[in-house]
Amino acid sequence: MHPFNFTIEQARAALDRGEITPVELTNKLFDRIEALENRIQSFITLDKEKALIQAGYAEDSIRRRIIQPLAGVPLAIKDNICTEGIRTSCSSKILENFIPPYDSTVTEKLKKQGCILLGKTNLDEFAMGSSTENSAFGPTKNPWDITRVPGGSSGGSAAAVAADLCIAALGSDTGGSIRQPAAFCGVVGLKPTYGRVSRYGLVAFASSLDQIGPITKSVKDSAILLNVISGPDPHDSTSAHLAVPDFTSVLGQEIKGMKFGVPKEYFIAGMDKEVEESVKHAIEKLESLGAVPVEISLPHTEYAVAAYYILATSEASSNLARYDGVKYGLRVESDELIDMYMKTREAGFGAEVKRRIILGTYTLSSGYYDAYYKKAQQVRTLVKQDFEKAFEKVDMIVTPTTPTAAFKAGEKTDDPLQMYLADIFTISVNLAGVPAISIPCGFTSQNLPVGLQIMGKHFDEETILKTAYAYEQATDWHMRKPEL
Amino acid sequence: MQYEAVIGLEIHAQLLTESKMFCGCSTKFGSEPNSQTCPVCIGMPGVLPVMNRKALEYVIKTGLAVNCRIAPYSRFARKNYFYPDLPKGYQISQYELPLCECGFVEISVNGAVKTIGLTRIHLEEDAGKNIHEGASNYSLVDLNRAGTPLMEIVTEPDIRTPQEAVEFMKKLRAIVRCIEVCDGNMEQGSLRCDANVSVRPVGQKEFGTKTEIKNMNSFKFVEKALDYEIKRQIKVLNEGGRIIQETRLWDSNRGVTESMRSKEEAYDYRYFPDPDLVPVETDNAWIEQIRSQLVELPDSRKQRFVSQYSLPEHDADLLTSERATAEWFEQAVKPGCEPKAVSNWMMGELMRLLNEENRQIDECGLKPEQLAGLLKLIDNGTISGKIAKTVFEDMYKTGKDADLIVKEKGLLQVSDESEIKKVVDDILQKNPKEVERFRAGEEKLLGFFAGQIMKATKGQANPKIVNELLRKKLSL
Repeated sequence: MHPFNFTIEQARAALDRGEITPVELTNKLFDRIEALENRIQSFITLDKEKALIQAGYAEDSIRRRIIQPLAGVPLAIKDNICTEGIRTSCSSKILENFIPPYDSTVTEKLKKQGCILLGKTNLDEFAMGSSTENSAFGPTKNPWDITRVPGGSSGGSAAAVAADLCIAALGSDTGGSIRQPAAFCGVVGLKPTYGRVSRYGLVAFASSLDQIGPITKSVKDSAILLNVISGPDPHDSTSAHLAVPDFTSVLGQEIKGMKFGVPKEYFIAGMDKEVEESVKHAIEKLESLGAVPVEISLPHTEYAVAAYYILATSEASSNLARYDGVKYGLRVESDELIDMYMKTREAGFGAEVKRRIILGTYTLSSGYYDAYYKKAQQVRTLVKQDFEKAFEKVDMIVTPTTPTAAFKAGEKTDDPLQMYLADIFTISVNLAGVPAISIPCGFTSQNLPVGLQIMGKHFDEETILKTAYAYEQATDWHMRKPEL
Repeated sequence: MQYEAVIGLEIHAQLLTESKMFCGCSTKFGSEPNSQTCPVCIGMPGVLPVMNRKALEYVIKTGLAVNCRIAPYSRFARKNYFYPDLPKGYQISQYELPLCECGFVEISVNGAVKTIGLTRIHLEEDAGKNIHEGASNYSLVDLNRAGTPLMEIVTEPDIRTPQEAVEFMKKLRAIVRCIEVCDGNMEQGSLRCDANVSVRPVGQKEFGTKTEIKNMNSFKFVEKALDYEIKRQIKVLNEGGRIIQETRLWDSNRGVTESMRSKEEAYDYRYFPDPDLVPVETDNAWIEQIRSQLVELPDSRKQRFVSQYSLPEHDADLLTSERATAEWFEQAVKPGCEPKAVSNWMMGELMRLLNEENRQIDECGLKPEQLAGLLKLIDNGTISGKIAKTVFEDMYKTGKDADLIVKEKGLLQVSDESEIKKVVDDILQKNPKEVERFRAGEEKLLGFFAGQIMKATKGQANPKIVNELLRKKLSL
């Protein structure tokens, strides 16, 4: 086994046994990045120098037997998560040269646990997109087929994990941006419950929906990373004041007798047959492990995408107002203030970001607020209630993560509506604020990964991790690697 | 046609919290530009606001002081607009569900009491400041003030005259200063006021078209600006014109209000609930805890001064308009002094000296106990009332006690009859003509003799004895 194939668990074991040092492991990964990155394009910024310094610290703490769950583990971070002293661009020209003077809460926590930060990964500009094609730094490719998209918006992180360019990564998920690329790239992606992980330092897209989460090679790694990044944060009023359990402790427990809902609204006409087949087989596998399927209904699912695109863009139109050329980031000079604003934002934002700012500005405008924003909030409440009702009957809900496997690059770039529908199965989870995980559950005839989504109750990541782990242990989809 | 004005005020009061509304930066005034900033208050990507609980408490405290209903559930909203001094491109404010609603303040105008309703009080953050100086092709931005907590108080359209508006502002200022939530400094801008003004024919129920007046940074300007605007509107209507709904700026140099922007140009602020902040829930225990910190308010203190100290309304009103003044008074009365005498000294000599130096009562070196000491010397006849004025000024300037000054300067009152008798005899001898005139019936000359005697004794002679002796001698 090559060191770059390591999971966090494997890397930690090898490092503790002294089979490899953090510096060696970091160098191996940079060698691999150098060899493959021109084809995958998953990173926006790499910082080998800083990474090797951190590796040096990790060697020291390993030698001194200081217990840190991530000591010497090289990770990649989505480039909308602020890292002190390292450029954080959000894949946007407007922040092309922005170097944060502070760390996000999650990166601070990761650093405290001894991790090594390899670099910052590509995304759809400001996390707006489902293919990582809306990046000012060029698109990321799917390691399973470089003519296809890796999904998005955390496409850089998912592709880097799938291509073994890092041991694990962090992404962010507003409407599926962790789970959809995880499904497209054949890795594990977890969106925690809203409030489980601090958003401080995550560059806001839609504040009431955004959540940071792990993208990993295994379910266990997902639990390990979640352990580190979770918890209440005095810098984030929306972070939950709840104790954090050890998410790894439930892995390996039986799922016998647990009820999982299968919502009929998630098996729709026009859905890819091979994806449907894979998910159905996965459901049978869960049954064979003793879990009990229950047919359920989430009746407001069909309104979720529409409500989401109103709420998310409304919040985004306000969140992105700070990029005005006054304090930091790009400024296009002009003699007039208003003209400076317009020229800066015209030059700084890409087409999709502009589209969403315009849409969100419209839906919040006086005279339209009630018809759009307010109505969408009401729909959101109904979607939440759908989940509450369903979870009275079942412990979790199982669905496909996406209606199709990875699509071709350029296939949907001219049709925003088709692009938006790529998130049709992931969006409701963000509206409801519940946790969900996507794990590999098969491959299409073109050797493209298929994702299985398991949704849980609020703050019950344990059940979905336990189930995902049981499924993973009973299958070997996660063992497959793309040929690169 | 007879018109009446309809006025509603919007007051912004900067809260006296140590730190800003959403971060730990200091709110101190007058520091080096941008020295009191951090990633949160300059709106860096990814930062989040965390509510300053003290700011919430100050607003609730104000709400309780002006008889508001405190909302059990309150929410913050974003007010979206672009301006260089607004780092996030939106101001965190309140829109639906403010912290306080439905209050009132009583004012008295020309002896009549009037109630001014308060629509709401809410909490919001202040913006920074644009500085236009130096070269003309750029402006600078100072974000020290960005994120400072502001309280917005909105009145009902209950005000009818500029005088009422000023009385209301004075009363409100006294209240926020008394409960120590705002320093009330209008020149420095920690208390600011905008007004909505319209006029209508007397007897008409419907409101006329209103204008909004901004930039009135003193009581005087509030009165002048409103007065100007009311006259302007009446003139427009009388000339057959129509009032345009617009924002007008008071220009204190020229004494006029001028159009700033019309309704058509008004911003659409696109308010929506701020998803970064959780709604505020005010439970009873918290409200009661805040209520228990409420000190006596100017109005009830005034009533108490009238009943407890038998002061005239006018005295009580002046003494209670500032908490420090009221407390000074009560300290001075404590050792058993006559309250009206204390009040007279404070409103007369003390205020005169303070005004001369433009100082506040708590900034002067004179202690209330020292006034009490002086009053005692007058009461027991040690010094005369006239001498006391000189002693008072000395006390104020040197900080020395009255008895020390009297001793040092030899100002003891002379009550020894034989000693005064000598002076009386002397004066009468020197003024034989006047003595004759007096005896012929010109009684007012008594004052002349007394004055001469006081002059000769440098004011130290006991006036009562002087008078007695004079009458005795002259009636011979």
